[in-house]
Amino acid sequence: MSGAGGREAILGSIRRSLGRGPLDEAARATLDARIADPRPNLVPARSDLPQAERVALFTEMAEKVFATVDRVAGPEAVPGAVADYLAQHNLPPALAMAPDAALDAYPWADKPLLAIRRGRAEEADRVAVTGAVMGFAETGTLMMASGPEHPSTLNFLPETHIVVLPAERIGGAYEEGWARLREQGAGEAGDADDGGFMPRTVNLVTGPSRTADIEQTIALGAHGPRRLHIVIVEEEAP
Amino acid sequence: MPATPRRVGLFVTCLVDLFRPTVGFAAVKLLERAGCAVTVPAAQTCCGQPAYNAGDRADTRAIAEGVIAAFEPFDATVAPSGSCAGMIRRHYPALFAGDPVWEERAKRLAEKTFELVSFLVDECGVASVDARHEGRVAYHDSCSSLREMGVRAQPRQLLATVEGLELAELSARDVCCGFGGTFCVKYPDISGRMVADKAKDIAATGAGTVLAGDMGCLLNIAGRLSREGSAVRARHVAEVLAGMGGRPAIGEPAKGR
Amino acid sequence: MDATSRTFVANARAGLRDAALQTSLARFQGGFQVKRAEAAERLPEFEALRDEARAIKDHVLAHLDHYLERFEERVRASGGTVHWCETPEQARERILALCREADAKTVTKSKSMIAEEMALNPFLEEHGIEPVETDLGEYVVQLADERPSHIIAPAVHKTRDQVADLFHEKHTPLGRTRRLERVEELVEEAREVLRPRYLAADVGITGANFLIAETGSSAVVTNEGNADLTQILPRMHIVIATLEKVVPTLEDATTIMRVLARSATGQEFSTYTTVSTGPRRPGDADGPEAYHVVLLDNGRSRMLGSEFREVLRCIKCGACMNHCPVYGAVGGHAYGWVYPGPVGAVLTPNLIGLEEARHLPNASSFCGRCEEVCPVRIPLPGLMRKLREQEFAQGLAPAAVRRGIGAWAWLARRPALYRCLTGIGIGMMGALGRRRGRFVRLPLAGGWTGARDMPAPEGATFHALWRKERKA
Repeated sequence: MSGAGGREAILGSIRRSLGRGPLDEAARATLDARIADPRPNLVPARSDLPQAERVALFTEMAEKVFATVDRVAGPEAVPGAVADYLAQHNLPPALAMAPDAALDAYPWADKPLLAIRRGRAEEADRVAVTGAVMGFAETGTLMMASGPEHPSTLNFLPETHIVVLPAERIGGAYEEGWARLREQGAGEAGDADDGGFMPRTVNLVTGPSRTADIEQTIALGAHGPRRLHIVIVEEEAP
Repeated sequence: MPATPRRVGLFVTCLVDLFRPTVGFAAVKLLERAGCAVTVPAAQTCCGQPAYNAGDRADTRAIAEGVIAAFEPFDATVAPSGSCAGMIRRHYPALFAGDPVWEERAKRLAEKTFELVSFLVDECGVASVDARHEGRVAYHDSCSSLREMGVRAQPRQLLATVEGLELAELSARDVCCGFGGTFCVKYPDISGRMVADKAKDIAATGAGTVLAGDMGCLLNIAGRLSREGSAVRARHVAEVLAGMGGRPAIGEPAKGR
Repeated sequence: MDATSRTFVANARAGLRDAALQTSLARFQGGFQVKRAEAAERLPEFEALRDEARAIKDHVLAHLDHYLERFEERVRASGGTVHWCETPEQARERILALCREADAKTVTKSKSMIAEEMALNPFLEEHGIEPVETDLGEYVVQLADERPSHIIAPAVHKTRDQVADLFHEKHTPLGRTRRLERVEELVEEAREVLRPRYLAADVGITGANFLIAETGSSAVVTNEGNADLTQILPRMHIVIATLEKVVPTLEDATTIMRVLARSATGQEFSTYTTVSTGPRRPGDADGPEAYHVVLLDNGRSRMLGSEFREVLRCIKCGACMNHCPVYGAVGGHAYGWVYPGPVGAVLTPNLIGLEEARHLPNASSFCGRCEEVCPVRIPLPGLMRKLREQEFAQGLAPAAVRRGIGAWAWLARRPALYRCLTGIGIGMMGALGRRRGRFVRLPLAGGWTGARDMPAPEGATFHALWRKERKA
C-alpha cells in the first residue's frame, strides 16, 4: 500500500543506500540554509548587457523561435498596435484579455471596434492579450505567472497570444525572474523565505507552440498558440 | 630531443602481432627516428581488453599484472593503438582501485603509456615525417584514440607532411566503425550495419586509401571494403608515416607469390 | 510493462530490416546531432554548465531523503498531496483511486516515461477510464497501439506516410475522411481532434522534469504546450515522478534546464517550461482544484546504494540515444522495455533484472559517444561494463563465451606458450590466405564473415620476425 507506509519504506531504503540514518540537526540546517538563500549558479554571460542591447537580444532570440515582435513608443500606441496586428492577420477584432490593471492602463477606448472581454480563456476565443512578469534576453523567453490578473488559459487556449511587455521588464537571465517572484511573494504573503511565494502556475514561454514529432519537421501550433506576438512598450505607463 | 634517448617499451598489441607485423616495424622505425631506444619486451601478449569487456575482471587483472611487470622498467610504454593504450592508461588504475600494491603500480604505468602517433607529436616533438604517399587518403578516428587518448590533430598534422598525400575527412568522423572488440561477433547484424555505413562514408570521400591508428577498426573496415569489392586500400597510419606504404595493404594478396 | 529485452537480437534484426524505420532513424539522428553540436557551440559556458548540472544532481542524490521531505512539506503547505509509492503497481492503484475521487471518465496525459513503467494506460482502460495521450508523438504511438521508441521523440520510428495512414484510419470514424499528406495538416488535425478531449478531461496527468524542494513545485518542459492544457483545464492535476527528479531550488532547476533542451533537441530553451505549485488559488479563474504528486521509487532507492548510482543523475534528454550508433541502427523498440539506447542499457537491467535484459549492456561497441554528450556526464559505457561484470560473476553469460574468454585469458598469461601456439595458427592462416589476401568464410567466425571478409594475416607474428631481425 502507498501512503505513510510507502513514505517510511522509501525514506528508509534511501538511507540504507546512503549508509546512514536520518540527517542530524546540523546537517539539515546546512541544507535548509541553501534553500532559504537560493543563489544563482553559473549564469551565462550572454545576457549581461546594457538595457538597450538586452531588448535587442530579447527581440532577436524571440524572433528566432518564431515569435513576432513589435516595438511601440509608448503606452498610448498599444491599442493601435494590437488592432493593426489583428487586421494584418485577418483576425477578428475580439480579445480575451487578462483582467490586469496594467493592461487597463492602455487607452483601449481609442479603438472602439475592438471587442474586449476580460477573464479566463474560453473555447471559442481566438485571440488573447496578456502582460508578462518579465522577459529574458538570454533566450527570448517570457515569464508569466497565474493569478486573478492572469488566468493561465489565456496563454494556451486561443490560437493567437499577444503579450504586452514594457521594455523595462526585459531582464537578462531567468534567475532575475525567480528573484522578482520572491520579492512579489514576500510583499503579498510574507513567507517568501519558506517557499510560499510561488503562484500556482509559472509559465516560461519561448516562442509559439511547436512540434517536430513527425519527421523532425517543425510545425507551429501543436496544441498551444500558433502565433505569439510580443508588443514591447518603450516607456512605462503613466 | 633528450640527451639520453628515451627508453620506450613497445606494446605491440595482439592484433599487430598476429595480423600485421608491418605496423610493429613501422612503429619501431618512427620511434627510433624520433630518438627513442626501443625495446620489445618478450613477456607481452595482450592488454586484457577482451576479458575486461566481457566482464571477466579476475582474468583481466591477471593479464594486466603481467603487462605492468613487463613494462614498468621503461620511460614510456607506446602502442600503435589507441584502444590498447587507452586500456592501460584509462582502465588499469580503475581495475586495481583499492589494491594496496597494484593500484600504485598501475597508476605509474598508466601515466607513461601513450598511443604511438600522439606520443611522437606531443612527447617527442615530431613535426614532420620523411615519407611519400601519392593520392587521396581518408583518416578514420578510432573511438578510443579520439575519446580516451585525445588523438585527433596529431595524425592529421603528420599526414599533412607526407609528400603527395591529400587528406580527406569523413562526414561522420566521430562515429564508430562497429568493431568494438567482441561486439562485432556477438552482434554481427548491428556491427555489420555500422561498418557498411562507414564503408559508404569512406567511398564518398573518393579516397584510394583509408588509414586508422587501430588494427581492430582496420580489420573490420578492410574486411568490409573487400567484401564490397571496393578498390579502397586500408592501412595503419604508422605504415604511411614510416614510408612503408608500398607493401600489400590489409587484406590484399601478397605480391608476386 | 511487459519486456521483450530477452529477444533483443531478433528485435534488432527486425529493426535493421524495417525500411521505413531505417529511413526515419537516418533522418533523425543526423539532425539531432548537428543541432546539439551547434547549440553547445553557441554557449561558451556549456561545458561548465554540464559540470554544475552534474554537481547539483550528485548533491541531491547524497541528500535525497532530506530534499524529498522538504519537497513534501512545501507541497502540503501549498495545498497539494504527495503519495509515496514503492512499486509501479502501488502507483497506478493510487492514481486510479485519485481518478475515482475525481469521478473521472477521461484523463488527459502528457508524456511520461514512468507511466510506461506502470503500464498506466492499459490499467486505466481496464478500470473504465479512458486515457488520452496529448503529446503528438505519444498520441501517434497510442493510436498505433505501440510503445514510444525514444524518450523525447516517441514516434521517431514512424514516417510521415505511416502517420498519414494511421490518422486516416483512426480519424475516419470521427468524420475526418480525407487522407492528409503534409506535416502541418497532420499536426492541425491532431490539434482539432485533441482539443475537445482536453476540454472534457476530468483529470490531467503530467510527468515532471523537476520537483523543486524549495517551493514544492513540479516543473515540466514541452514544446507543444500539451502538458499545460493537460494540467490547467481538468479538475485534478496529478504529477507522476521518480524520486531523483527533486532539486533543491529554482536556481538549481534553471541550471539543469540550460543543458536540457540543448542536449535534447539543440534548442536554446524548450518552448514551454511550466512550474506548478499546488491547486488553484483563491481568486484564480482557472487551474486545477486538486494537485497530487505520485512519487515512484521502483528500484531507484536501491540503485542509490549500488555502483549504478550515477545513472540516477539522468535528466532524460535523450542525447545518448541521439548519438548512439547502435540505437541508430536498430531503433528504440529493439531494447524491449521503457528506456532505449545507452541509458536504457544501464537502467533496464537494474529495473527489470539482468537476466531479462542481459543483451542491452552487451550490445555496445563502447564507442563512448553517449558519455561524451551526456549533459550530466554519466559514464554509461563504464556502467554497462559493470553490468557485464555482474553477468559474468553470476554465470549469466553464455557458456561458450565464458569458456572462450577463459581459455584465451589462460593462454594470454603464458607468453611463451602463447607465442608458440599463435605462431603456428597465424602461419597456417597466412599460408591459406596468402593468395587471395582474405577469407570470405572461416570456421567458427560466421559472426565476422557474415558482413565482411577476414583479411589474411601477413603470415608470421611480429614477435617471431623481431627476434629474427634483432638477432641477425
